[in-house]
Amino acid sequence: MTLSIEAKKVIDFGVFLFLLFMGAVSVLVTFAIVWVLVVDTVRFFTHPEGGGFPTSLLRFFTETQWTPTFYNKQIGIWPLVNGTFLIAFISMVVAVPLGILVAVYLSEYASWKVRETVKPWLDFLEAVPTVVYGYFALLFITPLLQKMLEPFGIPVEGMNALSPGIVIGVMILPYTASMIEDAFKGVPQYLREASYSLGASKLRTALFVVLPAAKSGVLSAYLLGFSRAIGETMVVAVAAGMYPQLTANPLEPIQTITGYIVQVALGDLPFNSFEYLSIFAAGFMLFVITLILNSVAVYLKSKAVGY
Amino acid sequence: MVNPTKMLEERKAGQSTGTANLKIEVKNFNFYYGSYHALKEINFPIYEKRVTAIIGPSGCGKTTLLRAFNRMHDLYAGARYEGEIVIHPDGANLVDRKTDPLKVRMRIGMVFQKPNPFPKSVYENVAYGLRIRGVKNKKMLDEAVEGALKGAALWEEIKDRLDANAYSLSGGQQQRLCIARAIAVEPEVLLFDEPTSALDPISTAKIEDLIVELKQRVTIVIVTHNMQQAARISDYTAFMYLGELVEFGPTEKIFTKPEKKLTEDYITGRFG
Repeated sequence: MTLSIEAKKVIDFGVFLFLLFMGAVSVLVTFAIVWVLVVDTVRFFTHPEGGGFPTSLLRFFTETQWTPTFYNKQIGIWPLVNGTFLIAFISMVVAVPLGILVAVYLSEYASWKVRETVKPWLDFLEAVPTVVYGYFALLFITPLLQKMLEPFGIPVEGMNALSPGIVIGVMILPYTASMIEDAFKGVPQYLREASYSLGASKLRTALFVVLPAAKSGVLSAYLLGFSRAIGETMVVAVAAGMYPQLTANPLEPIQTITGYIVQVALGDLPFNSFEYLSIFAAGFMLFVITLILNSVAVYLKSKAVGY
Repeated sequence: MVNPTKMLEERKAGQSTGTANLKIEVKNFNFYYGSYHALKEINFPIYEKRVTAIIGPSGCGKTTLLRAFNRMHDLYAGARYEGEIVIHPDGANLVDRKTDPLKVRMRIGMVFQKPNPFPKSVYENVAYGLRIRGVKNKKMLDEAVEGALKGAALWEEIKDRLDANAYSLSGGQQQRLCIARAIAVEPEVLLFDEPTSALDPISTAKIEDLIVELKQRVTIVIVTHNMQQAARISDYTAFMYLGELVEFGPTEKIFTKPEKKLTEDYITGRFG
């Protein structure tokens, strides 16, 4: 059966509309989420319990405690931001050196066969549910830290930032390492040959030629890893505690933005109450932070093309 | 039809003086990519402080042969060398399994087809090989970088831009920078893999002059698909076809009185 040209055109147009609609759905959903976030954030800042706008906004950035669910409400966001960044920082301390090492090994040392066997396993690691990582931190890493540090008189709380930080570092490692490896793969072979032709070893070629040439790709991998660590929820909800405080001590309990959101959302606070709305303000803060980080990462990655 | 005698008229080889000492001997050399027999029973000498050109049609194995001299094939799985490439005066076999390819590359430099400077400053590009050899003294590095850039006829053009990124140079300058990078470490032999195929005629002429000048200091092997180039700058020419060495001899002889019919046909442009 052959269709007339007109019929083909109609079908073509129909397919076009369908695909346009499907594409638009994902964009619209994103806009809807941002819209809900913005509306409820505005409602939080105009709520009388917070002092109304602009007092509440001022309090949000100047107060040093985060206690919107208490009788004496303080709404300084910094303790949550502090906890969030503390965790993310610890995770990067783990992921940055390991990410480079794994990627250098895979891209410069491993044979093709090893690489093709290991890379899918890295992806499997990503498939482990994050709640498993959370309990791994709580039930394995924390007791381990306690055993290792308490003989030296260093107290480790049952809930602390260090243990989930380390676990998140390991958790984002496959993702980071695999992105760095991709960045290394994008470095043209002729640069490696130039280095080897001058008598360079593999290690020198990897560290002094491949790594610098891939630096924007590497940086963008780290930024995306960092922004994943910031947005990570389950691990911190399980193992980091529920105590928002301004501290740099990783052995004390803290709370992250995501941890707070989980705590409040799971509680029985009335809808549209000031306490309930506070999670949107906190979430909006998180949204802004990750948006900035991701934009920088995407920009760096676009610069990395060509290498 | 090309007249090979005409090609020799443009010769800039100057005349090499003194006796030609053996630098490298290729003896019964075979090379395999996996099961593919890419180079078959190659035998020829390379003379010290002379330019030896390897010519032949695409796919004849000339670049494969060149990259065997500095063991570049070791970077890729499935490469296998058989036979000997002996370097004098010590008589080491470059392609022996026991010979460390890093040591081979310390003695034999290479300039590639496409200019491939590192995305670093001009200075760091030239200093790279010296740093590998453990040179840390700033003054020694400065002097060596200046010497190498002068040797590559690049110093006058970029002496004020040593901190500029190498990618800000023109293609011809980049290639001369790569030559400077290679000669900075004073190699015994310098390999050129079609070094002008990505360059314009003026840059090409500069590189050719440079190669002729460099043979005062270093033994040169150049692969070229451009017969005129081989005629202009080389003292010896090796003609390869389908993985075999067809003929080797002084360039004048190869271009005027070749012994093999195949060589004559290629030189006069009957095929290739």
